[in-house]
Amino acid sequence: MSVRRPLPRWADVALLPLLNLLLALIISGAVVMLIGQNPLDALRIITYGAFGYGEGFGYTLHFATNFVFTGLAVAVAAHAGLFNIGAEGQAYVAGIGAILVGLTMDQTHWLLVLPLAIIASAAIGGFWALIPGYLQAKRGSHVVITTIMFNFIASALMVYLLTRVLKPVGQMDPTSAAVTGAGKLPQLRDFMSFFGYAPLNITIFIAIAALILVYVLIWHTRLGFAMRTLGHNPVASSYAGISNSRLIMITMTISGALAGMVAVNQVLGVQARLQLDFPSGYGFVGIAVALMGRNHPIGIALSAMLFGALYQGGLELQFSMPAITRDMIVVIQALVILFTGAMEGLLRPGLESAFMLYGARQKAAAPAGPGS
Amino acid sequence: MTNLKRHLGALTAGVAAVALLAGAALADPAVIYDLGGKFDKSFNEAAFNGATKWATETGGKFQDLEITNADQREQALRKFAAAGFNPVVVTGFAYGDPLAKVAAEFPNTNFAIIDMVVDAPNVRSVVFDEHTGSYLVGAIAALKSTTGKVGFVGGMDIPLIHKFYCGYKQGVQAITPGAEVIENYTGTTPAAWNDPVAAGELAKADFDRGADVVFAAAGGSGLGVLQAAKDAGKLAIGVDSNQNYLQPGSVLTSMVKRVDVAVENAFKDGTAGGTWTSGIQAMGLANQGIDYALDEYNAPLITDDIKAKVDDLKAKIIAGEIVVHDYSSDNSCP
Repeated sequence: MSVRRPLPRWADVALLPLLNLLLALIISGAVVMLIGQNPLDALRIITYGAFGYGEGFGYTLHFATNFVFTGLAVAVAAHAGLFNIGAEGQAYVAGIGAILVGLTMDQTHWLLVLPLAIIASAAIGGFWALIPGYLQAKRGSHVVITTIMFNFIASALMVYLLTRVLKPVGQMDPTSAAVTGAGKLPQLRDFMSFFGYAPLNITIFIAIAALILVYVLIWHTRLGFAMRTLGHNPVASSYAGISNSRLIMITMTISGALAGMVAVNQVLGVQARLQLDFPSGYGFVGIAVALMGRNHPIGIALSAMLFGALYQGGLELQFSMPAITRDMIVVIQALVILFTGAMEGLLRPGLESAFMLYGARQKAAAPAGPGS
Repeated sequence: MTNLKRHLGALTAGVAAVALLAGAALADPAVIYDLGGKFDKSFNEAAFNGATKWATETGGKFQDLEITNADQREQALRKFAAAGFNPVVVTGFAYGDPLAKVAAEFPNTNFAIIDMVVDAPNVRSVVFDEHTGSYLVGAIAALKSTTGKVGFVGGMDIPLIHKFYCGYKQGVQAITPGAEVIENYTGTTPAAWNDPVAAGELAKADFDRGADVVFAAAGGSGLGVLQAAKDAGKLAIGVDSNQNYLQPGSVLTSMVKRVDVAVENAFKDGTAGGTWTSGIQAMGLANQGIDYALDEYNAPLITDDIKAKVDDLKAKIIAGEIVVHDYSSDNSCP
């Protein structure tokens, strides 16, 4: 009986996800073929649409920016063993902070607006996650349930605010007043015409900084160590003298604050106003992004890019191949999530045996190897 | 490296060919739906039906697109305009801002927007007087009600639907002063447009509280209200399209909002042989853009007496003798 040997690290981190992605694309191709379209053309359109030209690439990066924030939000909580499904709602209410800063500081300078908006959005988003954190820590209400419920409370609160408080009179569209001056963050297209009309803005640098900060936090600080300990074994962390309940609340606050950054990007970077339902699913896709990225910043950056490309390429595909509806795009995205997230173990046994076979052969070829 | 370059070259050529193909369809009209999606059994579907009607009648071709994300509105508009589609019709007030931007970039393309006013020389803004139509069905509801209580089930809790509610309430109270109108909304997320179960439960609750007619201004969710009315032996009022046939005998009438006609007209006027007009196009009672539905399915429910009274009210609104307050003018309802 041969013992299962773990894969080499490079295969585990790079090869396996790539194979999973390939499998998802092959199945998606079959679905595309079923409705009578050429899957290779479809793949070409998606790739070109997402990476082939400046504006498309700009949109891909823009979507990826949001996915990085929500992916990190889910990942930070996941390291502490908490499943934060509420990034959507946390980003949504954080919009209040972003727009209030944007509107009051509209006559100043974006250098002032940006840090204040980050603080305000992070504070409100963090607060929105702190409540479920508190309920988990002190009352034992499971965060999965409470964060989902807080998504609904968030949407009810925001609809109330947008339709009855923030909406200027005489306007049909339930949005806040628009920021027109310094409140609107600088767009990268103003400096690089390469990006065409893409709404990519300065927040992408905040996203990159967030990736680095989360890496440092999780693997190079005492807080991160405590969070990972809690995630691996709550009894052990408690025994080690860590206050689990306090740590849960801190983790959830950080997680919510990260989700809140979506508001800075969407409200001040793109739409220049607070719109109804502006997180439009970024929070939920963030779960898939974190899952695919194995809760590691590098993985999250890559999977955020992948989902950004699917969003952007998907629209191009719908445009160029009218037979492919937006539901088809969702099917393709779902297949990618299924194979790279939920079924990521599917190819592992096969790959492990392949490596063992390959390893055995190499050893057999080598002179005087310790026999098979 | 050169290999890679060759591949890239081939890729670009392929895409250029695709772009060229799209360009060959010059001056075809296009419609871009709102997030609700093409087959929402309501607003967007009405736009699709109007476009399809135009296509079958003229033999023309049109292209359409469903966006998945609010950030794609501007991009989709620009893509259609750049590919030479003309006219480009968008459905829903949320397209207001993106259209204002894109319309300025493409002065030679005609655009039409439903439910919103965009002030540009190449944009036709189609707005509906939902409040007057709602007033009429409110009057019908009050004339039919024996309990003096009627219900209202809205879709998403947004100003546009408040406008429906406000007109409805005025119509009810014009007939029965002091009548109670129970106001409900299905939800606070876009999912509220497609949740017939929740809307049906709200209607049942209204019936339990003594209402005997419920107006569903809830898109696809309204189907649940119609079903609940049938189950309870009460009456419902449909919206947007004529929904009388869905539950014959249980649908008192429908407040029709002819989005399909608006799209069809835009396609007709904007393509060869038509004359395009920009500016605000108000669809109201006078030009049948808004009306209450009367057909063989609800004829037994609408007595001659009711019909005479409602048609009288309609004539008075058209003549300006009755002014129905528009919620969106000041965000409040008297």
